[in-house]
Parts: sequence; structure tokens; C-alpha cells
Amino acid sequence: MLAHSLFFYFFSTITVFSAIMVTISRNTVYSVFFLILVFVSISILFIMIGAEFLGMIMLIVYVGAVAVLFLFVVMMLNITEQVGKKTSRKGIINNVSIGFVVGLIIFLELLVAIGGWKYKGDFISISSVNLTTDLTNTHALGNVLYTEYIHLFQISGMILLIAMIGAITLTFRKKENVKRQSYFEQIKRDKESAISLVDVESGKGVNLDD
Amino acid sequence: MIEIGLGHYLTLSAIIFTIGIVGIFLNRKNVIIILMSIELILLSININLVSFSIYLQSLVGQVFTMFILTVAAAEASVGLAIIVIYYKNKSSINVEQISSLKG
Repeated sequence: MLAHSLFFYFFSTITVFSAIMVTISRNTVYSVFFLILVFVSISILFIMIGAEFLGMIMLIVYVGAVAVLFLFVVMMLNITEQVGKKTSRKGIINNVSIGFVVGLIIFLELLVAIGGWKYKGDFISISSVNLTTDLTNTHALGNVLYTEYIHLFQISGMILLIAMIGAITLTFRKKENVKRQSYFEQIKRDKESAISLVDVESGKGVNLDD
Repeated sequence: MIEIGLGHYLTLSAIIFTIGIVGIFLNRKNVIIILMSIELILLSININLVSFSIYLQSLVGQVFTMFILTVAAAEASVGLAIIVIYYKNKSSINVEQISSLKG
């Protein structure tokens, strides 16, 4: 139990520190690196409390895909040159005060909600899928995901497909001066428009311009 | 203090959620950090769901965490694509200069 609490405090401290550094870091590349640190420590916490599959999925999806996507975009856009540009002082003060007030209110509300958990009514479990000890976490999750939640699972696949189509159509750009194959033009051709039969008289030749 | 319970995880999730919200307000540099703050908020929701799932010994929370993960990945990809084409058109992603909708 002591080791569990030590690990929890260690990784949650790292998480909170890096989450703060994500928002206040001057360099955007550093923010992405701190975001990766947040994801890694949260996934370690997940593995620690028994959700191993989700911890690994977090590592693969967030660190392997989302953070790398962020890094690519940060590297492709040349945003280092606008760091030096000063923004208006008054606007910053305004935003900081509003942000801190809103953040404080939300945090206090969340703390009240968590503190009031002690006075909750008796909990009635309405869930039909319970954690059992004889299956691994991955096995149990797979059992549920492909049977009870198959429709939600397929809809989430559709969300990913639509996101892919959207991202491609947003960033796709037609290049000038490039000859491309036009499928519709090719398929539209038929025998009448493509071939014409000409009777050639002997000794006169054919005028192709007709 | 030594015994780690549900409250500790919920407090951690609340702290990260608040950092994400404040990060959206504080940020005056570029839109990418706002997207990262949104990722932080979604992450804190994931912590909440997983800790309740372990506490209640029910798998539903972990299933829904997977769906939130999906939506977060889709949102990040589309948001970054929008940022890329915005930068291509306006050659700046400074938050203060993005005011085309103001009229």
C-alpha cells in the first residue's frame, strides 16, 4: 500500500507539473514534449490501478499518434518567428484575470462535488458488466466491447473515417501544371466520338482536318 | 494520506481539468496550445471514468474511455488540419489576429 501511494504521488506530481508547463511554456515544441510526459505518466497511473489495456492504448494512441501529429504540425508551421511579437499588455491582464477566476470557480465546484461524495446515497449497481478476477483486463474489455457495445464501437469507427476524410479534404490542394489522369473523360469516350471511318480514294490521300 | 482512494484520483482529474480550462484562457500565442489544453481536458475525463470504473468494479467506464479516446484523436486530426490550412491562407496562427468572424 505504501508503494502504491508513493507511486501515485510521484506520477501525479509529474503530471500536474507537466500539465502546467504545457500551458505556460514559451516554446510550442516544449509544450508538446510536456504533453507527452503527461500522457506517459497518466498511462502509468492507469496501469497501476488495473486498467492495463487502456494504459497501453493511451501510450499508442496519444504518444504514438496524437503527440506526433502535434509535433509534425508545429514543425511544419513556421511559428517561431512570431514568438517575439508582443501582444497588447492590457488584453493579457484581462484574460489572465478572467481565466483564473473561471478556473478557480470550476476547481472549487469540482472539489465540492468530490468532497460531497462522502454523503452519497447508497450506490445501486445497475451495470451488467462487472470486473472479474479470472479474466485479464484486455480479455474482459474485448468480451464487452464486441458484444454489448458493438454499435457504439462501429460508430466510433465511422467517426474516425469521417475525421480522416475531413482532414484529407481540408488539406488537399490541386496542383497547377500537373497532368492528371481523368477517369471520367476516359470512361465517357465511346466508339462514335473516338473512331471515324473514312473511305480513301486511290491517289488522293486523306485530309485529317475534316 | 497514505491510503490512496477514489478521492485522490478524482482530485488529480479535477486539477488537470482546471489546468486545461485556465490554459485555454491564458494562451495568447497560438492555437496549437489551445488544442493541447483540450486534449488535457479530455484526458482528465478519462482519469475520472477509469477511476470510477475501478472503484465500482464495472467495465463500462473503461469502454467509454476508449470512445473518448477515439473522439479525441479525431478532434485533434481535424483541428490540426484546420490550423494547417489557416496558416496557409493567412500565414499566421496568432490567436489575437484570428478575428475574421468579427466582421
